[in-house]
Amino acid sequence: MELLLAVVAGVLYATGFYLLLRRRMAQLIIGLGLLANGSNVLIFTAAGLTRSRPPIVVAHAPAAAASFADPVPQALILTSIVIGFGVTAFTLVLARRVHASSATDDIDEIAAGRS
Amino acid sequence: MLLVLPIVLPMATAIVLQLIPHRVRLSRALAFAGALGILTTALALLVRVDRNGIQVLQVGGWPAPFGITLVADVFSALLLVMVGIIGAAVTATSFSGVDPRREATGYHALIHVLLMGVSGAFLTGDIFNLYVWFEVMLIASFVLMALHRTPAQLQAAFTYVALNLLASAVLLTAIGLLYGQAGTLNLADLARVWPERRTAGLDSALAMLFLTAFGIKAALFPLFFWLPASYHTPPAAIGALFAGLLTKVGVYALIRISTLLFRDGGTILYPLVVVLSATTMVVGLVAATGQRDFRRVLSFNLVGHIGFTTVGLGLFTPLALAGSILYVVHHMLVITSLFLVSGLFLRMRRTTDLAALGGLYRTQPAVAALAMIPLFSLAGVPPLSGFIAKLAIVTAAIEVRSYGLAFIALAVSLLTLLSMARSWEEAFWKPAPQGTPAAPIGRGLLAPILTLAILTLALTVGAEPVFDRCRRAAAQLLHPDEYIHAVLAR
Repeated sequence: MELLLAVVAGVLYATGFYLLLRRRMAQLIIGLGLLANGSNVLIFTAAGLTRSRPPIVVAHAPAAAASFADPVPQALILTSIVIGFGVTAFTLVLARRVHASSATDDIDEIAAGRS
Repeated sequence: MLLVLPIVLPMATAIVLQLIPHRVRLSRALAFAGALGILTTALALLVRVDRNGIQVLQVGGWPAPFGITLVADVFSALLLVMVGIIGAAVTATSFSGVDPRREATGYHALIHVLLMGVSGAFLTGDIFNLYVWFEVMLIASFVLMALHRTPAQLQAAFTYVALNLLASAVLLTAIGLLYGQAGTLNLADLARVWPERRTAGLDSALAMLFLTAFGIKAALFPLFFWLPASYHTPPAAIGALFAGLLTKVGVYALIRISTLLFRDGGTILYPLVVVLSATTMVVGLVAATGQRDFRRVLSFNLVGHIGFTTVGLGLFTPLALAGSILYVVHHMLVITSLFLVSGLFLRMRRTTDLAALGGLYRTQPAVAALAMIPLFSLAGVPPLSGFIAKLAIVTAAIEVRSYGLAFIALAVSLLTLLSMARSWEEAFWKPAPQGTPAAPIGRGLLAPILTLAILTLALTVGAEPVFDRCRRAAAQLLHPDEYIHAVLAR
């Protein structure tokens, strides 16, 4: 399972960086999104996977010594998803504005139009 | 209690400001009072850190490695004081330097959100919390960057947003890997357990990831190209705020994380930081001499001088680090006032193109004299504050026999002097081109520059006590045992 998720994270990073290097704004934004999701999968995997052992202590039950799933990485991922959502929404609106003002989606042409 | 105030005060100010839109006078007074409030609490915090050592607050009463910790050592407290000063100066400038319609709808609130993010980043003792404060600061800066919605601003903002989001993704990757290996996010706890849990390969990989993430935010070579592409487009007050604060947060984070995690200097990190810092200085200043627009000259100078603020970390000696910390303080004051001076040009001549400026010495001799203080302080002309910080760095470089580095630092200072003297000559001394109307400038724009210039002179005269604190800050950073004990209470 770790191997599978590691490959998934790697593929997300690779496609994210590839899209970041493209010239179109829309692809760049998708690339940033993939990169953010790649890092989420990475946090989840790097912290270690524990199957079906939720970190919940049942009342009156003897405290099990066995390792629980670590809730911290999930909290981190949740936070970063929320932040990523807000930032992506802003970036999309910004890209729309840029598109409206320069009538192109090509980053090189936008830069050329500026000078 | 004092520790949360630099975060809670701007948050409360921002919320109240959002509740009173279109009450321009009231929101101006409130925004300025809020900035002064940050300054006051920061000064009180500095005094307390001076007297009682490192201050720690466990937020919500959760004990150290489990909850989020706020920590203030001398380094944090010094930088917080600068946040207050710059926040107040920029707010005061905005009263007459920003489009009134924007000012009425959320401008001051955004500035306070940004100040909150910066204060939080300086105070937090938790690495994931650091990432969150970075995001708070960035989202406020994104909106401020695109505030006037001119095509140039929007395009610059897009570059800025894309590069900063990339840096955030890299930072998040590093934090994930670090947590996977160390099992803790508390900085002091990380500093305690990392020497035992690290593996050689992961150690270097993390060092490079952190260097990339903070290098983009601090604008180190070769990751700085977003800065000169964007910093000259927003209104001068916002440019001044960004130039003074944002890159320094990257520098702060780089110094903080490196000194806690990579203490023995066994990694390639520190030699690499020295090389990158020296290259940043040279590339930044060589590029600055070729620029024709004052704000672009300033942007490249900003980049070049970031090298001085990180080189002390690379040299890793107490004197070098103290010199770099003093340089951060000095540079925050000076680059902010220079960007504000560019705002004067915009107001008087509607341009910062040096070729179109000129003759201002004849019409505005007082402004010309005032502008000389930050211009020549940036160049490090003795006895101004830039000289003292540079002297410390050059002395430290010679102490460790890095003669090449000392030479580069001195040569770069000469280039800065050249670039600053030329800017002054072109803007003030040379005759004005034909048919340039000179709009008058009000006291509202001059007062913040004058205040910052006086503070620069005060930093020159009172260099001794400030440099003492920089030495204490460097000692605390290089021997983090005090930090670890204070946070973990052992």
